Amino acid sequence: MSATLLAVQALNGLQLGLVLFLIAAGLTLVFGVMDFINLAHGVQYMVGAYLAVVFYGLTAHFGLALLLALVAALVFGLAMEALVYRHLYGRSHLDQVLATFGIILILTEGAKAVFGPAPLSLPRPEALSGAIPLMDGFGYPVWRLVIIGAGLGVAALLYGLVQHTRMGMQVRAGATDAEMIGALGVDIRRLFMGVFGFGAMLAGFAGVMAAPVFAVEPTMGDGLLIMAFVVIVIGGIGSIRGAFLAAVIVGLVDTLGRSFSTDVARMFLAPAAANDVGPAVASMLVYVLMAGVLFWRPQGLFPARAG
Amino acid sequence: MSVLAIEGLTKRFGALVVTDGVSLTVEPGEVHALIGPNGAGKTTLIKQIAGAVAPDAGRVRLDGEDVTALPEHARAARGLARTFQITAVFPQFTARENVALAAQAKAPRRLWPFSVAARDAGLNAAADAALETVGLAGRAGELAGRLAHGEQRGLEVAMALVQRPRLLLLDEPMAGAGRDETDRLIATLARLKGRVPMLLIEHDMGAVFALADRVSVLVAGRIVATGAPEAIRADPAVRAAYLGTEAA
Amino acid sequence: MTLAAETPAPARAAPPLGAVAVVAALALAPLAFDAAGAGFWIVVLSRGLVYAVAAMALQLVLGRGGLVCFGFAAFLVIGAYAVGIPYHHRVEEGLVVLPLAMAAAALFALATGAIALRTRGVYFIMITLAFGQMVYYALTALSTYGGDDGMTLWGRSQVAGFDLFRDRRAFYWLCLGAAAGTWALVRAVSRSHFGRVLEGARQNEARMAALGFDVFRVRLIAYALSGALGGLAGALLANHAEFVSPAYGSWHVSGELIVMVVLGGFASVTGAGFGAILLAVLEEVLSRLTSHWKILLGLGVVGVALLARDGLAGALARWRGR
Repeated sequence: MSATLLAVQALNGLQLGLVLFLIAAGLTLVFGVMDFINLAHGVQYMVGAYLAVVFYGLTAHFGLALLLALVAALVFGLAMEALVYRHLYGRSHLDQVLATFGIILILTEGAKAVFGPAPLSLPRPEALSGAIPLMDGFGYPVWRLVIIGAGLGVAALLYGLVQHTRMGMQVRAGATDAEMIGALGVDIRRLFMGVFGFGAMLAGFAGVMAAPVFAVEPTMGDGLLIMAFVVIVIGGIGSIRGAFLAAVIVGLVDTLGRSFSTDVARMFLAPAAANDVGPAVASMLVYVLMAGVLFWRPQGLFPARAG
Repeated sequence: MSVLAIEGLTKRFGALVVTDGVSLTVEPGEVHALIGPNGAGKTTLIKQIAGAVAPDAGRVRLDGEDVTALPEHARAARGLARTFQITAVFPQFTARENVALAAQAKAPRRLWPFSVAARDAGLNAAADAALETVGLAGRAGELAGRLAHGEQRGLEVAMALVQRPRLLLLDEPMAGAGRDETDRLIATLARLKGRVPMLLIEHDMGAVFALADRVSVLVAGRIVATGAPEAIRADPAVRAAYLGTEAA
Repeated sequence: MTLAAETPAPARAAPPLGAVAVVAALALAPLAFDAAGAGFWIVVLSRGLVYAVAAMALQLVLGRGGLVCFGFAAFLVIGAYAVGIPYHHRVEEGLVVLPLAMAAAALFALATGAIALRTRGVYFIMITLAFGQMVYYALTALSTYGGDDGMTLWGRSQVAGFDLFRDRRAFYWLCLGAAAGTWALVRAVSRSHFGRVLEGARQNEARMAALGFDVFRVRLIAYALSGALGGLAGALLANHAEFVSPAYGSWHVSGELIVMVVLGGFASVTGAGFGAILLAVLEEVLSRLTSHWKILLGLGVVGVALLARDGLAGALARWRGR
């Protein structure tokens, strides 16, 4: 395993981590502020990617497609909130799980019906489609660096919003003690709508940015959603800072694990067995990490709620 | 030997010292009342005794045994029974089932998987007897969630009784009960007095002076006075800190 | 019916006659289907009965214990591979693989439950989901045993060397026996002293601890029992399809199992069993209408969650009460 390979995989891991963060950020705020478990948040990521494909088909311009997809993802998220999710606040977690599971079935199958089950692709913008040469002739795609940059930018923006704006203060208060925001005289309905819409837009943004790298297909959000759950559990529900750190850790562990586990396994096992055991262990790494964190800190690394 | 002895119990939440080096005992057969203004830390103290909250320093002894490190259920298994300040019954069980479940905690078949719990005659008989004691015999078949507030308080006492406790922790058992219900609860506890030692936290001074053998006054996490009820009533420091406003 | 479900078994005598009648009717069903030339429905009903085993096992944890486990499919897929992997190595004896499936799933339940049951609420939901995915991805990576594609078994488990369950009717009766046995066991446990403790912890966990019950241990035992029965269902599923695949452990399966329990009214074992059979039949009927039948299923699930939380049993009781 050369240093270059390690660097490339570390960048890939960082990139996966930041995509995870974009999804987990909305999820953790919705949990933290509204005590609402939204399994359909991963679908929002898938919707964002498909919207970008559609708008790119209409405009043939990536930037314009991105902008339109963001607006449409926001509108879509707000519409879902008004139609379904609003009626589930304050209901049991079981009701929330059921309803959002139903939404997943509808939207995933709906995407299959409209766009077909085969994966679609979204070209990356011309100017950013090149590669940056690394050592010994290896290139690294510029677009993946753009994803990393965008993720870091959103993280900084989010941190600023949560720390320094009035709504951010309300969100923090809500995540710490849900009853308190009511007592503060905040319009909870508006706050919930804002948080929900914003979270949906972030997930949609992740979908657009990831679309040129991964395939655009109906079930693309499933795996990431569950990884985002792992991120939230490790980071602590309701904590943006926790979500960010946990997302980067999970992205790195998963990517590096998959890249090097077979090599590591070969040190202990026959090659044939290592080819099976390595990937199997690698796919379990983040879950084992989560179990370990939970065992020592059941509230996650950075719990928003004390006690 | 004291039934309950706590020594130097201390609990901080951040910079706030909620329990500040509290020591007290409950002797066999004694009713020891703990009074104090709101926010004095009474419920936090009860939680530490029961094992729901871990103290930062100090010891809790039950019949001489150090139980400081034991979890709540293990202390309960050693005979510590508790009623809650905010009523805590099982709303979807009937009153009888609530008490039977409490009795089950001490029964040999407590976790038996091959039986019909609702038809356990021994548990049901114990439950009915305890409900009779608190005057709820006529309500045995009602869902606990549908009982009036005062009745639920009585139900809690019945649940505590049926556990054959070595010590009863009563966290404001009269809170929210009407005058008649309060009188009935006082009468019930008075009948138990001498048989079951109790640590009674209560705002109702009528109840405290009717039942207590000793009274301790908790102010801002510290015990400021302990003594016989008459002595406490007469203590000028206590009057200044507390009674002057409430017992007028 | 709903009230009985909400207030667990107040000294109400069991209706064993009704249960016997239902089992007898189900036992005769294959003969009727064959006579009517609709033998295919025997296969559909077998599948429904297998899922009924799983749904009733889940009901113990979800309905009685109030623990929203979103990783139940892991027990199924472990049970299925406990049949598939020995089969790959020429071990086809049901008396070996069925107990193996139950033990393996129970062990997994014990290990993951010991961590997951330390948490509450949404944490528990997400953690069980994550452990389920862990198993799913690990099996996907096992290329020796078919990886993503799974393995075909070319036959069913034998009993003491005899190939008893080749015939679809014989296999149907095996599934019916497993479902009836699971029903009797889960129902008995639910009504027992143990079940009352589990139910009490659902209603008020803190109070149970104050009474002296070790809630964690009770839940862990229930979780392991539930896992063992899930493993049994998985082993049956492998035999039913004569095929094992990581897809049995997909989180969609976990979600559908929850739907089955809720369809049946959430608080009733019997309801969970019928919820499973109903969903199997419904999927069969809907998939003949349109290839995108999952949209219809999703709409139904959202509707149930928003409007009719007490499921079929509740709707039936309301209809009767009119």
